[in-house]
Amino acid sequence: MNYGIVSQEQLEQIDTILNEKLIKLGVDCVIIIDMAGNIITAKDNGENKYDVYSFAALAAGNFATVDAMAKLVGEQEFSLLFHKGQESNIHFSKIDDELLLISMFGREISLGFLRLNVVDVIEKIRKVWGSK
Amino acid sequence: MSFINLKEKVVQVKIVYYGPGRCGKTTNLEFINRTYKKQIVSEMVSLKTHGDRTLFFDFLPFDMGKIKGYDIKIQLYTVPGQVKYNATRKLVLRGVDGIVFVADAMAKQRSKNIRSLNQLHENLQSYKESIFNIPLVLQYNKVDLKEHGIPILPTSVLEKDLNSKLKVPYFEASAITGYNVAATLKKIISSTVVSIQKKLL
Ligand SMILES: Nc1nc2c(ncn2[C@@H]2O[C@H](COP(=O)(O)OP(=O)(O)OP(=O)(O)O)[C@@H](O)[C@H]2O)c(=O)[nH]1
Ligand SMILES: [Mg+2]
Repeated sequence: MNYGIVSQEQLEQIDTILNEKLIKLGVDCVIIIDMAGNIITAKDNGENKYDVYSFAALAAGNFATVDAMAKLVGEQEFSLLFHKGQESNIHFSKIDDELLLISMFGREISLGFLRLNVVDVIEKIRKVWGSK
Repeated sequence: MSFINLKEKVVQVKIVYYGPGRCGKTTNLEFINRTYKKQIVSEMVSLKTHGDRTLFFDFLPFDMGKIKGYDIKIQLYTVPGQVKYNATRKLVLRGVDGIVFVADAMAKQRSKNIRSLNQLHENLQSYKESIFNIPLVLQYNKVDLKEHGIPILPTSVLEKDLNSKLKVPYFEASAITGYNVAATLKKIISSTVVSIQKKLL
């Protein structure tokens, strides 16, 4: 297991996937983090200035908490983790046991549409990841 | 586990301050936050109760500058020390690269320090990590209380209780005055960076 080091080539491929499949469709910001709260990559539409490092730490904690709660009530996992706001929403999706994909998007995108694309993106990222 | 981005040449390192309730973990981070304004790009995040006890963690990103062309980003975390929060302590330890164990030097806290260190040992095992392998520094905090006539454990006792098997670097400190807070931080950063470099070779 050496996911801790990602090649430049892999990161570029992943960034391209995120740009083509999420940012271009109107998603404001996409971040891939690991469960320790490290940022693997972050892409945005150029308008949003999130403090991505704090965000990653909180997101990893949030996901880990919900995951631990699922186990407590006897669930394998809660597959959908979604926070809805007035102007922006956050969607979490597990890529594998170590990695999370987080998308932030506004009102112009529906959750269903986002989920379809996220599923597609995750499949593509897994391929890049498996290709090393 | 540290994350190394070869494209942007960034290394992210996770350092966790661990120790019993009220030993001064959060106070360490608050001092660092005040003292190193230039190296801290964003605000300290504290998830705490109304009584200022840590509920989940404190988080403080700390910019180390470059080592061998790599931008070193240190992520400092504290765990909640209260006994009942062990589930959350474990979550914070996930992927940890280096640990500062903060012990409370007050005489009445002696057994709490030992119990907390033992639990750290168990918690690391649940991630298949070993307290004997991970970069670790001990900090014997609150030594300033001696001046106020409050009974303090002599360092020799703390060493015997906590460090006789581990044999790791230790510092007497006072998080509230800042005494040896930076020394502790520098030591854990250098031990951790050395250990990551070894893994890279
Ligand atoms: N005299 C003295 N008091 C200290 C020192 N460090 C911390 N304290 C005090 O001890 C109390 C607890 O400090 P915190 O930093 O909140 O302790 P903590 O370890 O984060 O506690 P939890 O979040 O509950 O785990 C506070 O009232 C601090 O002011 C020290 O070096 N000397
Ligand atoms: Mg605290």
